[in-house]
Amino acid sequence: MLKVIDSAVPVACWSCSVAHNESTLFCPHCSKIQPPPGSDYFSVFGLVPRLNLDLGMLEHQFHKLSRKLHPDRFARASESEKDWSLADTALLNDAYRTLKDPIRRTEYLLKLHGAEIGEEHAGKGRIDPSRVPADLLEEVFDLNMQLEEMRMAREAGEKDAALEESLQQAKKKFDELMDEVERDLRAQWTAWDDGDEAARGAAQKTMVALLDRRRYLNNLVRDVTETLGA
Amino acid sequence: MADGRVVGIDLGTTNSLVAYMQGEAPVVIPGVDGSNLVPSVVALDPAPKDGARPTVTVGNSARRALIETPERVIYSVKRLMGRGLDEVQKELKLFPFRLADDVQAGEVPRIQLGELRFTPPEISAYILRQLKRNAERFFGEPVTQAVITVPAYFNDAQRQATKDAGRMAGLEVLRLVNEPTAAALAYGLDRAKEGTIAVYDLGGGTFDISILKLRDGIFEVQSTNGDTHLGGDDIDNLLLAIALDEIHAEHGVNLREHPSAVQAVRKAAIDAKILLSTAQSAQFDIELPNGDRYQREIPREVYEQLIEQVLNRTTGPCKQAMTDAGVTPEQIDEVVLVGGSTRIPAVRQLVDELFHLSARGKKPHIELNPDEVVALGAAVQADILAGASKATEELLLLDVTPLSLGIEALGGVVARIIQRNSTIPASATEHFTTGVDGQTNVAIHVVQGERELAADCRSLARFDLKGIPPMTAGLPRIEVKFLIDADGILQVSAREQRSGKQAQIEVKPTYGLTDEQVETMILDSFDNAEADFAKRLLIEGRNEAESILAKVEQAKTSTAWAALTIAEKDAIAAAEKHLAAVKASDDLAVIREATVALDRATQRLAELMMDAAVTTAIRGKTMGDAGDELGEGPSAPHPMAPAEFK
Repeated sequence: MLKVIDSAVPVACWSCSVAHNESTLFCPHCSKIQPPPGSDYFSVFGLVPRLNLDLGMLEHQFHKLSRKLHPDRFARASESEKDWSLADTALLNDAYRTLKDPIRRTEYLLKLHGAEIGEEHAGKGRIDPSRVPADLLEEVFDLNMQLEEMRMAREAGEKDAALEESLQQAKKKFDELMDEVERDLRAQWTAWDDGDEAARGAAQKTMVALLDRRRYLNNLVRDVTETLGA
Repeated sequence: MADGRVVGIDLGTTNSLVAYMQGEAPVVIPGVDGSNLVPSVVALDPAPKDGARPTVTVGNSARRALIETPERVIYSVKRLMGRGLDEVQKELKLFPFRLADDVQAGEVPRIQLGELRFTPPEISAYILRQLKRNAERFFGEPVTQAVITVPAYFNDAQRQATKDAGRMAGLEVLRLVNEPTAAALAYGLDRAKEGTIAVYDLGGGTFDISILKLRDGIFEVQSTNGDTHLGGDDIDNLLLAIALDEIHAEHGVNLREHPSAVQAVRKAAIDAKILLSTAQSAQFDIELPNGDRYQREIPREVYEQLIEQVLNRTTGPCKQAMTDAGVTPEQIDEVVLVGGSTRIPAVRQLVDELFHLSARGKKPHIELNPDEVVALGAAVQADILAGASKATEELLLLDVTPLSLGIEALGGVVARIIQRNSTIPASATEHFTTGVDGQTNVAIHVVQGERELAADCRSLARFDLKGIPPMTAGLPRIEVKFLIDADGILQVSAREQRSGKQAQIEVKPTYGLTDEQVETMILDSFDNAEADFAKRLLIEGRNEAESILAKVEQAKTSTAWAALTIAEKDAIAAAEKHLAAVKASDDLAVIREATVALDRATQRLAELMMDAAVTTAIRGKTMGDAGDELGEGPSAPHPMAPAEFK
């Protein structure tokens, strides 16, 4: 689980011994690199957890921090500074990768607030019927039949152009549904960012459901893509 | 600089180079023979009679040894780096060398070279040591730190093997840099540009495509893709197969039964390929054992149809890289061509189509020599790491991992923990627990690749978490941190959270040497002692002089010698006499100059000897017992390819 930093615990700089906040990457006094802080991804960039982010600023900040933290800057430093540079940069990169992507960012923030978010499915044909969103039940049933037919045709070495076309159509439709989910998610962002506790709670619940739906759609699209591309 | 210089090294399949930053521009350091390229060929000199360990030669002189003692020469060792026994066995079908017969499953395969056995990193270490010496000779001071380039698509084991080779050669490898990224650095240096760049790198044996975003001096790789078994070798093999089939059909001679002849026809195929990059047609003209001549014209058109299938294999990786980077061809501002195979006009045509270049009034970048551009970029990265340089202080390279990292989960399925194209260093933290009461060990299998089943991915290592305090099943909570460092190599650490104990990890790399093994393979531990440095250079200089004198003496009995003109023989005799006179002096510069002069004077002799060996091979006379062991196969690279062509 991710560690949520609850309060600023003062620690001392290894180099100049001046006390500083635990979440800092550099000593504010002597600017020396510090061991990786136990901070969340947002505070790596000096941000409060929010869903609406200025991506241009995020990139700018990422480049600025990379210049200071990257192992290339510590190739001839002491062993501990090398280690910290490596760990700090890994944290920075992990944070940037997560925050720049709207879906990963949402999942991350919700997890940070204790939401249970399912893991990505691995493996073909693992569509769990019990988790099918009600409005998609019929389509998913048809799709699974078609996927099965397609695989069988492939195995028999046959080519079914009509079936392929129909699967392409299905993929297009599910792609559109994914876009729709993303729009709906974004619509909740402001409610979460600016709302009071009740509004946040409601937005969170909606977003968790949307992310579940999206993951489900994502698995469908992947299955179709794999079957078509096989 | 107190810490000494950092050099940039391109450790290539066919050729290797070392470069450094001269002020504001990277420059390749030439070898003692004046050539920028050191052929990646290693030869074991004849065993001394006193039973001492034979010496090892590298580069052009090793290439020449291929004629006389092919069983003591190895080339293209990069293809064997970081590979397991079964993979090497497969690969060796395409090479004339043999595995040592006592190789056990699970250990790093060793190659039999004469009476000795070497692992692939040891062979690479000899090449690196030669480059290190070339640089030391050039600077007149020790060189102990380097940046080495690797194909972007190299996996963890291949990267680790390259690093091990550096250590054996007495080099601290400050960074492994991906070849296409290095090329981008070499180009990006003199243009303070912003935009998206694609680097298309088709070499002798590998293909890489990388897409980078350039901004404020930061080179941020967006995605990379490739094929570690695709390159100019595949084209050679196509031409070779055609020639062999036609010779068989038209003249009733099956040269495939004469492996040494196959190698000779391969040389003809390589010559034809190179010619077809500039000429409209090329010819095969080969005298056969039965006295017939095989003559065949290959027009450019036919050649291009032929190689289309090979070149098209680069299309998929390019498209995938663009998809992964989230860009369309129109969004690519610049395309950089790297690797000798990008001299082929059909390759340039394909690149033009892939990235819609001429349609947008653009041309790919070919200003820098495609054989040198990677080494030049490595020198730029070396300068960045050395720090304190005005030319590179604003530059920073942010590269990615080419392959996803995963752990084997229940049912052999892969749980991906770090996705491909993640910026490195990258990390992932996973939690593990026990399945049985009192269990104190947990085994973790780490794999690399994009497939869903662990069995289809490449096994990277097995970790054993040990010393877990005995508890009820499911209660221990072991936190394992996986970290891919800036070299693209995995590091792992673990902690049992409930007891707070640092868990012990025992790593069994699936393919690779242990630290202790590497330690025993370090070439010469005295190599870096600064006090002996000048003395060492002098001894090396004298040895080189002795070695070339002996080789020239030996060559005088060859038929090639008889073919030289009087003037050529006189020139050689004069150079020989001069070198013999100065070789014992204490003036290194004088010895070196005389050595280079003799090397130049014997250039044509060496070429004639090579040609003679080729002719002998075709006529079916063996070049010695080892000739029969020369391999033939669909993708064996050839060491006789010219080391340098403009």
